[in-house]
Amino acid sequence: MKNWFLSKKSDIEEALSKFFLDFGRSILGFVYFLGGLANLTGQCFYYMFTPPFNKERIFEQAKRAGYDSLGIVSLVSLFIGFIYALQTAYFMQRIGSEIYIASLVAISLVRELGPVITALVVAGRVGAAITAEMGTMQVTEQIDALETLATNPIRYLVIPRVLALSLMLPLLTLYADVVGIFGSYLICVYKLGISSNMYIHATFDVLFRKDLFTGLVKTVFFGLIIATVSCYEAFNVEGGAEGVGQATTKAVVKTFIMIIAADCFFTALFYFIFP
Amino acid sequence: MIDIIKVSKNFNGHKVLDKLSLKIEKGQTCVIIGRSGCGKSVLLKHIVGILKPDSGKIVIEGQNIPDLNEKELDAVRMKLGMVFQGGALFDSMTVGENVGFGLIEHDHVSRRELLERIEEALCMVDLCGIENLWPAQLSGGMKKRVALARAICIRPEIILYDEPTTGVDPITADSINELIRSLHDKLKVTSIVVTHDMKSAYRVGDKLAMLYQGNIIAEGTPEEIQKAKNPVVHQFINGLAKGPITETIDHYREY
Repeated sequence: MKNWFLSKKSDIEEALSKFFLDFGRSILGFVYFLGGLANLTGQCFYYMFTPPFNKERIFEQAKRAGYDSLGIVSLVSLFIGFIYALQTAYFMQRIGSEIYIASLVAISLVRELGPVITALVVAGRVGAAITAEMGTMQVTEQIDALETLATNPIRYLVIPRVLALSLMLPLLTLYADVVGIFGSYLICVYKLGISSNMYIHATFDVLFRKDLFTGLVKTVFFGLIIATVSCYEAFNVEGGAEGVGQATTKAVVKTFIMIIAADCFFTALFYFIFP
Repeated sequence: MIDIIKVSKNFNGHKVLDKLSLKIEKGQTCVIIGRSGCGKSVLLKHIVGILKPDSGKIVIEGQNIPDLNEKELDAVRMKLGMVFQGGALFDSMTVGENVGFGLIEHDHVSRRELLERIEEALCMVDLCGIENLWPAQLSGGMKKRVALARAICIRPEIILYDEPTTGVDPITADSINELIRSLHDKLKVTSIVVTHDMKSAYRVGDKLAMLYQGNIIAEGTPEEIQKAKNPVVHQFINGLAKGPITETIDHYREY
């Protein structure tokens, strides 16, 4: 009986100590990740402002991140526009205020949904591709080869991606805002019977410059997050194909978390700066 | 001349290089032999400055590599060519762009000269006219030779080879050995070849050095190494399953 009690206790102790050890390890791992990311970002800022600059590579990456993402961003934001209009209509019809659907959709899309949805779509599409491509370069020693050819991998690989994503994400977001509002317009005008003129007026009456500004400024940082996290994970790939797969998953998960956290921070910041 | 002085390197508490010293004269081809995973590639990465030693010096032409800043290191790297084990060709570029990469990025030569230099380098490795192919279209042996062409295109004074004959068929391996020998004769470059292929080592080396447990335990001409009395060297160069190297491993396994 005594033995049974002891063995149970030691099981619990073991499980507890394992839990705390794992918990501590994951916190340490995260702190280590943040330190590495800060280091990479610092180096990015240094190389970003010191010549030589490779315009061709920046354009190439901007095309991949921006132009090539137009299709998926169009589809997603059009559907978001449809969905948001219908969901808002559900409540607005109950209180007989259908006309406010346009205003609500415009404000939510421009301030919040457009930037975040676009950032998440781009993180999944472009960020994952960056980690997979550069991670494979890492395991096949191509990044070492760059260094032996006297080419700094951060300047050559990371900077074009950081600049491209930080410049393209605001433009893509602007485009997503327009498409989303258009989607909502289609539902309201052709399904709910709001007049086209009224919809357009209701949209532009509520949108201020600060709404557009706060929506777009944060996407510059979202772009920076996507590029640096994806590159950081790629540089730290270990092993072969499996390592690249794990790094890609890690990069997407961490980017998603960091985008939402950054969005929370910026929303609070702008709420107090531009009340 | 390359002078490696008491270089030590630890990875997660595991000693990979332990006060390793080695001297390579100008124009000499030095072959570093040793078992897989004994730190040969790590040593090469120290010489090109990709890895920094925990202690010790790596002096190339009077400059200590770990002390150099980025600009100075890049200047040294432009005198160095490195051939990686799997080729490490950039797969987003054509063969021509790969071979001319160093020139395109740093030397700003005219387009005509660039094309000439690329062709010259490719012809040296017997692969004339494949500039427009992609790395994915090449066989393993061709990739290694293109990697060699990329290394010689910048006209280096030192070439480092990481297992140049591993993973290719015996005929290609021999042609790569011949190539290393002829580059040594034609271009008078200093070469360091890391390999565990003894046939290749005897074929290309002026000097052989055996790396074991983080240190150089024997060095000399191929003949001297063949006659070496050290039982570790004897076991390795004759490829014997039983001997002091494997006994040490078994000894560790027991505990």
